[in-house]
Amino acid sequence: MAKAAAKTVQEAAGVERRPALGGQDMSAGGVKVAVLPPANRVSLRARQEAVASLSRALGVALPQKPKTSAAKGGRTVFWLGPDEWFVLDEQGGDALADCGKAKGLHSAVDVSHRHVAFAVSGPGAEATIAAGCPRDLSLAAFAVGDCSRTVFGKAEILLYRVSEQEFRVECWRSFSDYVFGLLAEGARDAAA
Amino acid sequence: MLLIRCPYCEEERPEIEFRHAGEAHVARPTDIASISDEEFETFFFIRANTRGTVYERWRHVHGCARFFNAVRDSMSDRFIMTYKAGDPKPKKLPGV
Repeated sequence: MAKAAAKTVQEAAGVERRPALGGQDMSAGGVKVAVLPPANRVSLRARQEAVASLSRALGVALPQKPKTSAAKGGRTVFWLGPDEWFVLDEQGGDALADCGKAKGLHSAVDVSHRHVAFAVSGPGAEATIAAGCPRDLSLAAFAVGDCSRTVFGKAEILLYRVSEQEFRVECWRSFSDYVFGLLAEGARDAAA
Repeated sequence: MLLIRCPYCEEERPEIEFRHAGEAHVARPTDIASISDEEFETFFFIRANTRGTVYERWRHVHGCARFFNAVRDSMSDRFIMTYKAGDPKPKKLPGV
């Protein structure tokens, strides 16, 4: 009996994390599509009264203008709606715990494992995204630092422009195969 | 593809980011338990189905996810204007 218990503990200790599509990438012509490493993510809902205290607790001022984002020290906050933000921490910080330090009434949910993120970079990045996204992605309409929930083919994505030629695409884990496939198709078309 | 202006995102977005959500300004009875079956039927099922200018609820479901109201022409499908949920029915419509 004791032996069996010991074995279970050992197995539990050997649990290994295998992210969806982990480490995959593809490149075609001027575009590279890479699956990004796991990150800490929080879905945050709050009324106007709580914005100041949440900004202090997170160390980043929550953006107030539609389609904008704010970044500081490896943590990025995206405006998703008038009372909704998406917090992304790529440096191992615990955004959920930091939200908990805020006095203002809010709802914060850890959604780290709900999303898979892709980096789409290169001169053909805009054309690659445009393969499945109906939005105007020109720099005039979607500037560096802009972010938005939108659609990519049949999947909902969170699109963020990291730089002129680099986008971050976040989608739900179960859509990741589809999104990666369509991004790869788009990249091949953009290269052609 | 139609471009629809979201009053919360403050810009025009492609129509497939949106979802139609029925007639706008349907007032829910304050004491729904006390109304008759006929009154409930009128409130719940009967819609104006106007030919011409219609007031509708829409949701920017693949965007900011907010509900808002839109004035639309049901013959030409042209969006006349959009406004935030909770705002009163506009008295004057642009270009009408």
